[in-house]
Amino acid sequence: MNDTNRDGSSRGGPNDAGAQPAKRPNTLLWVALAVFGIVGLSLNAFMRPEGMAKRFAVVTTVERVLVEETVPAAVEESPAAVAADPKSTQDPDPRRKWVAPEDAGLAAGTLRRVDGVEPIRWETRESVKASEAELLRSEIKPGGPVRIESSPIDSLGIWVAALLTLFILSFVYRDNPFYKVAESILIGVSAAYWMVVGFWSTIVPQLLGALAPGFVREYAMPSLPASATPGLDAALAFVPLLLGFMLLWRLAPKGGWISVWPIAFVIGTTAGIRLVGAIEADLMRQLVAAMKPLVVFEEGVAASGEAIRMFDFWGSVGSVVGVVGDLSVLTYFFFSVEHKGAVGKTARVGIWFLMISFGSAFGLTVMGRITLLLQRFEFLFTDWLNI
Amino acid sequence: MTTKNTEQTPDGMRGFFVRLGRLDRRWIFLAMGLSIAVPILLKLRFPEVPGPMARATFDSIESLPDGSRVLLSFDFDPASKAELQPMANALVHHCASKGHKIVFMALWPLGKQMADQAIKEVLLEYHGDKYEYGTDYVQLGFKAGNEGVIKVLTTNVAEAYPTDASGAAASGLPLIADVRDLGSFDLVSTVSAGYPGAKEWVQYGRESMKPEARLTSGSTGVQASQLFPYYPAQLNGLLVAVKGAAEYETLVTEKYPVDRNSERLEQGRIRMGPQLVAHLLMIALIVLGNIAMIASRGTQGGAR
Repeated sequence: MNDTNRDGSSRGGPNDAGAQPAKRPNTLLWVALAVFGIVGLSLNAFMRPEGMAKRFAVVTTVERVLVEETVPAAVEESPAAVAADPKSTQDPDPRRKWVAPEDAGLAAGTLRRVDGVEPIRWETRESVKASEAELLRSEIKPGGPVRIESSPIDSLGIWVAALLTLFILSFVYRDNPFYKVAESILIGVSAAYWMVVGFWSTIVPQLLGALAPGFVREYAMPSLPASATPGLDAALAFVPLLLGFMLLWRLAPKGGWISVWPIAFVIGTTAGIRLVGAIEADLMRQLVAAMKPLVVFEEGVAASGEAIRMFDFWGSVGSVVGVVGDLSVLTYFFFSVEHKGAVGKTARVGIWFLMISFGSAFGLTVMGRITLLLQRFEFLFTDWLNI
Repeated sequence: MTTKNTEQTPDGMRGFFVRLGRLDRRWIFLAMGLSIAVPILLKLRFPEVPGPMARATFDSIESLPDGSRVLLSFDFDPASKAELQPMANALVHHCASKGHKIVFMALWPLGKQMADQAIKEVLLEYHGDKYEYGTDYVQLGFKAGNEGVIKVLTTNVAEAYPTDASGAAASGLPLIADVRDLGSFDLVSTVSAGYPGAKEWVQYGRESMKPEARLTSGSTGVQASQLFPYYPAQLNGLLVAVKGAAEYETLVTEKYPVDRNSERLEQGRIRMGPQLVAHLLMIALIVLGNIAMIASRGTQGGAR
């Protein structure tokens, strides 16, 4: 039951995409494991009442009616309330607003319905698990604005997510078409997503919004803020527009050198911006932080209430280790002197410090990766299998 | 696990380790999967002892006067949600328990959705009765521009965020109507998965904050080693990966327990159970792998 070659390396593992499948006893074991898993899943899906990936939707019907004040407002409406309810900004008459039918103002008589205007209604949906839906059912009044209904589309989403997760995990057994499908979907969706984000967060508000603010506000982004200097903004926006076209010139059959100019501009500005931050935060402040006393004392209070200074052993050890680490690692990266004798030994100490820091970074990375895996397992167990 | 070339395999314990060294790696993947799956199903939990960095983060928020204005930047997306959402939830609960006024923002496109989740599941769930939008909390949402956004915030918040995430004018929101720049905040905290994130907040934002103001960060394990040099001089607190989240959750919920749905503030601790078992397995595998390598010296195909 092994897949090992004569040199001890594994065959048919994740790194051996083109290897022949191993037709040996352990293949039978893997098949048995897979069959066991499929049978278990089927039993879970059809025998348990909760089933698999069963989702429900809490549907809330929201209703708003247009009202007007019966008496002039004594105080101006709270800006927070206006911001929290986008519908409240739709009516230009400040004495009119959209409120819930059960608003206290209607009952008190300070507000009255505007005649001839139909209420507006919309529904909000929140996907919940079967167990959560069961708990919520006891709290919901029949005939009220909130109801719970089965949500096949959410269940389908869980199934798709679960299968794609399993497709990706299948790579640990061997490269396979399911993995390739999931990988391709991930890359395609990511690329499309970033393109859409870039278009709507940068090109529309910052370029088109500056060039044609009225058009953008009317047809694409009603919340586009008004500028105090629209003419200047439009003129300045031609600079990135021109640089963008120059960058795309790279795709043209001739004149590729034109794209070098915007690239130079991007590199130059980025270097300029980052240089200042790096010198201040990563050089100067780190130098200051490294210059600390080797023998550390901490302030304390004696039993008599008198302020005293106490020797801090571990603080002193930390300072000494820090200074030794700084100097030895710097020595390792100092190549103007041959690493022999005292310099070589100091550099060796520096290597140890580097190895320990790399080990620490690797351990933290492993912890992060395990967290990602266990989160997918949590999803499979709770959302998909309903365990 | 038997080998075809058994004639080259020594007998006894040495032979066992030699055969172990030739183990198909898929058994190791399976063992790792089980070491994570079984503790999840058994809901294994272990006590957490908060470390100095988690305590420093807790103290940074705890020492602020009640009702201070804080800026929480959600600089991560669903890919890092497993590590960072637990600490983000605990952070929001801690700030809300102290009555701080919270301004949410994001340097990552999906950071706004992560903040929305924390607002819904923590802020409004446990503190909804005392938190009103506009006066007690504001969601500014995502702004494109990476560290450029931070640089603009250092001089003019209104220029970076003329409106909140829903499009309402910032000038109409009492909480941020008088905010001029980063100096208007008593604490800035970023929950960061990479670029742009904690490093950029230190490089571009720290110097513009009030001298007594705090800057803290929660980070993924991958980028934590880049942030350690900033602690404690430039970062007043640092939560590292799910371990940091678990420690911080312990501190927060010990002082500010909740009476319902408490598992929302225990995600870090819940995830540390499988972490511990997986780490033990990994240490065991490293030890066994080294023994197997030493045992295989001198055998055909073994280490030399």
